[in-house]
Amino acid sequence: MRRLFPLAICFIAGVAMLTQYFVPFLEPLYENALIWGRIIAAFTLMLGMLSLVKVHTARVKRRTANWQYSIITLGALAYMMLAGFLSRGGAFEALQKAWGSTPVLGSLFSGLQKVFDFDSVFMNVQIPIQATMFSLLAFYIASAAFRAFRARTVEATLLLIAATIVMLGRVPIGAKIPWVTQITAWILDVPNTAAKRGIMIGVGLGMVSTSIKIMLGIERTYLGGKD
Amino acid sequence: MAKRMGILERILRLDRRWVFIMVALSVALPLVFPLRLPVKVSEPVERLYHAIDKLPPSGRPILLSVDYDPSTVPELRPMTIAVLHHCFKKRIPVVVLTLHPAGPGLAEDALKSVAAHYPQARYGKDYAFLGYAPGVGLVILGIGQDFQRTFPSDAYGTPISQIPLLAHIRSYRDIEMVVDFTASALYEAWIGYAYQRYGCRVGAGVTAVMASDAYPYLQSGQLVGLLGGLSGAAEYETLVGWPGSGQAGMDAQSIVHLLIIALIIIGNVAYFTVRRKKRLEAESKSAI
Repeated sequence: MRRLFPLAICFIAGVAMLTQYFVPFLEPLYENALIWGRIIAAFTLMLGMLSLVKVHTARVKRRTANWQYSIITLGALAYMMLAGFLSRGGAFEALQKAWGSTPVLGSLFSGLQKVFDFDSVFMNVQIPIQATMFSLLAFYIASAAFRAFRARTVEATLLLIAATIVMLGRVPIGAKIPWVTQITAWILDVPNTAAKRGIMIGVGLGMVSTSIKIMLGIERTYLGGKD
Repeated sequence: MAKRMGILERILRLDRRWVFIMVALSVALPLVFPLRLPVKVSEPVERLYHAIDKLPPSGRPILLSVDYDPSTVPELRPMTIAVLHHCFKKRIPVVVLTLHPAGPGLAEDALKSVAAHYPQARYGKDYAFLGYAPGVGLVILGIGQDFQRTFPSDAYGTPISQIPLLAHIRSYRDIEMVVDFTASALYEAWIGYAYQRYGCRVGAGVTAVMASDAYPYLQSGQLVGLLGGLSGAAEYETLVGWPGSGQAGMDAQSIVHLLIIALIIIGNVAYFTVRRKKRLEAESKSAI
């Protein structure tokens, strides 16, 4: 029963959603399914957060390698949540209104408002950190290109030549070299698009077959555990 | 000859920190001393520009989906800013939303920073911000079914029935087109659901590494236009006549690309010369 019930739900929901595309009569069902889906999607965010807390709490309890970082993760999570609720929820404005006339409390609330300024932390901490992490990629790409990008085979040579032309063609300096822009456009429009189309059609067919297998209960890995 | 071989072998063993220093200088120097290389506009960028430029002022709004996180801000924010400037300049109403959990702050900041340049533009009349909605594909489909139920209020909690720009929007029929700025394949969801199912035109702004993936959609007409990476942003800025960080970054990107090409060539020359030398030495030893 534990297996049969989810399989039956999956089959009925799959067939219903497939049928509604062709049967206008089932449109209310489709509209409701969209609303349910969005509610479930909101809960998945909560689930993800709970999973993060669970994993990192366990690491701290067991004192596994680098457990100290888990404390920072949990602290940052709690701080950002609190900052989000307080600064976006208008809590400080309400507190200022109620008790802000008292000089000590007024300055305390305005100080706390600065400490828990969600937008300020996001713009001045999170953006620089993430942008820095991503920009490090340029250094590693340059180093890897120097060390590993070798014309050892015909395929590697073709890739190397194409990459060099496209790299030049995508920047203003390439426009000063005759034909580079035109060849770049041809590489992107013809061989690139042909290869991508082949991959996309393959992926599309794979998605259809996997969906049918899930609906028919042949593919059950999403249920977890063993059959 | 032996001395040359010594240099080539040393090049092959070059500490990667030297490469890092070269990259850092190639990025930093053009930013301090700009070369002001002219930007040539490519066809995909031109197509998106014309698609937006042809829209009537104060007509149906354009929906901008800001779906990126801080890691790709340097590439995607300049193109968001450039498209927003285009819309504000032409008085095309703009509705901004995000389907990325880390997107609301970035979307709001981009919208506010551009709106500040146009004092005549009014929130709720000329532009609006819907904030974040979870569910990606479900949200895109939901807009097609019933916009008012998908977004009952804007990002600040005001019911959309009280916002003149949003009050009359029922579905994609009331939206001119969608432009998605993303570092993922999210634009495919807009194509698959908004364009294929509801016929709403879609344009995209993606990171440079993602741009080649979008070409099939561009050729098939499922995308009206495409901005790829910082160069796409710089090209759009050129068309709009609003030079921003896209154009400023193109000099640095040009020099870094040249550096990487030079490193590849030098690496290959050194590798094959040293390999040939070693093979010749091995052959002469075996002959002895």
